[in-house]
Amino acid sequence: MKAGSVYTEERTTSKAKQRKTPGRKAEIDFARVADSSRFRTLLEKKKKFILPLTIFFLVFYFTLPILTSYTNVLERPAIGDISWAWIYASAQFIMTWVLCTVYVRKFQKFDKDADEIVETEIKGG
Amino acid sequence: MSTTVIVLFLSIVLLTLFITWWAAKRTTTAGEFYTAGGGLTGWQNGLAIAGDYLSAASFLGIAGMIALFGFDGFFYSIGFLIAYLVVMFLVAEPLRNLGKYTLADMINSRFDAKKVRAAAAFSTITIVIFYMIAQLVGAGALIQLLFGIPYWIAVLIVGVMMTIYVLFGGMTATSWVQIVKAVLLMLGTVVIAVLVFARFDFSIMTMFSEVKTATAHGEAFLQPGLKYTVPLDTISLMLALVLGTAGLPHILMRFFTVKDAKTARSSVVTATWIVGIFYILTIFLGFGAAAFVGHEAIVAANPAGNMAAPLLAEALGGDLLMSFVSAVAFATILAVVAGLVLTGASAFAHDIYGQIIKKGQATQQQEMKAARQASLWVSVFSILLALGAQSLNVAFLVSLAFCVAASANLPVILYTIYWKRFNTTGALTAMLFGLISALVLVAVSPNVLSPEAGAAMFVGEPLFPLTNPAIVSVPLGFLGGWLGTILSKESDARRFAEVSVRANTGYRE
Repeated sequence: MKAGSVYTEERTTSKAKQRKTPGRKAEIDFARVADSSRFRTLLEKKKKFILPLTIFFLVFYFTLPILTSYTNVLERPAIGDISWAWIYASAQFIMTWVLCTVYVRKFQKFDKDADEIVETEIKGG
Repeated sequence: MSTTVIVLFLSIVLLTLFITWWAAKRTTTAGEFYTAGGGLTGWQNGLAIAGDYLSAASFLGIAGMIALFGFDGFFYSIGFLIAYLVVMFLVAEPLRNLGKYTLADMINSRFDAKKVRAAAAFSTITIVIFYMIAQLVGAGALIQLLFGIPYWIAVLIVGVMMTIYVLFGGMTATSWVQIVKAVLLMLGTVVIAVLVFARFDFSIMTMFSEVKTATAHGEAFLQPGLKYTVPLDTISLMLALVLGTAGLPHILMRFFTVKDAKTARSSVVTATWIVGIFYILTIFLGFGAAAFVGHEAIVAANPAGNMAAPLLAEALGGDLLMSFVSAVAFATILAVVAGLVLTGASAFAHDIYGQIIKKGQATQQQEMKAARQASLWVSVFSILLALGAQSLNVAFLVSLAFCVAASANLPVILYTIYWKRFNTTGALTAMLFGLISALVLVAVSPNVLSPEAGAAMFVGEPLFPLTNPAIVSVPLGFLGGWLGTILSKESDARRFAEVSVRANTGYRE
């Protein structure tokens, strides 16, 4: 998953193996677009957002079965007869809705970047 | 059975047939058949995703499991919901931007290789068949219980309905049946949950303290550990649940019914809210059934607990509410199997017939005809399998479908979108490693082989200790893709540049 590599350089080496795809118009130089600073910045921004949050929610998720399987810490009462296991499980629901909302907010900004790339790098270039 | 339940069932049948008749007029091209012309709004598709996803296993199965096993039943709810974060963060938008009608289309946006398409179509069909048998067996058992009619007639009724929807109304009919079902299901679930909550004086604290003494398990009912006692098995199941959704072909196909990545995103948001609220309410259903129906009565009706929700409805609102809930369960099953038939049919008609046999040169008429024939054959084949599979455990088949999806489909999807070096050989080995390891490990697991006669399909010592193999087969899928890639020289950085630009900008000619 190396973002921001130089596609144009490798193009020459892989050119021999290029197959002609029937019906595809090859006017757009996607390698150039992928190599443009605008596009690379967008990928970098997306990666910075997606990667840490994905790792976070997966770790948060698997911590529940790990804790319930190997320890008893979540069986202690939290509020009345409700144990920490239920609190932790509810927290996962809240996390899902929060991350969902955060994702939408963030990606609305990325939409503008993407539109700009289409306008300037693909259609304009 | 009362006349109320017959009237309600018939209303659902008539309403869905009306939808199909209306949709049939709008289904003249292959694109309309596979994806409703890509014209659904985010809201509509979000509801349809929820309708496609919340199967009888969720409505009847989880309510029953919470009623019987307390906290451990709720594990399913958590996994099924958080799976939507995986869909949203990693898969939904690139999938919409790269694909056209099927999962294989999306993978083949990087590789023009027939073998890759064939492998993707094959894993789609495998998952669809497992999932479908689970739904049909569940449907047959439910209708048999409610009406006292034989199992085979019940399976035939559901089978004929699903065939009609897909054959005539394609994705438009399927989507609207799913939307109607999602609304009915939420309505039914909210009504029962409110009635349950009222019995506990609208207090969460009262609910927990009463449930604590309501079952024979006592305090243990509210704690983890009643059902899942093998740590690795629990974690493996949770892995299959959270990663499986993002590889389920009938869910992924729903993203091709919207016009762009933005709409795909808003459909996931809608779906996540609905699915999340539904799974929170499963606690009320399960606790209510445990307290007001009781363990004995639930197990007496069905050993797996599948009748907990209808019995609870009867205890709370008498015959009328029970009839309504049973009708909702019927609609639930219809909507899910219709989506499955359509997905299986598109793998046959679009991938195998249209793209592999006809090399993408099939005319609209040819592909439509193939799609309709394939729907018919997929339906007939699944009905026949379901008739012979009455004794199979439904939850096991569903969790197997999730495991195959997570092992065979998710690795290749993620590599296609994010890994530059990934190549044709890697795509093939990722799918084959994941698919074969999941199937083989299940075949030698305690679900299939048990030293106790009657506890599993065959008598014998299980060769693999876990009931769900995801913890081994998912890493094998990723490993297979990685090995296949690095051990073969081929690599097409230019093509990846195109895929990456299209996936991230949504650009199309």
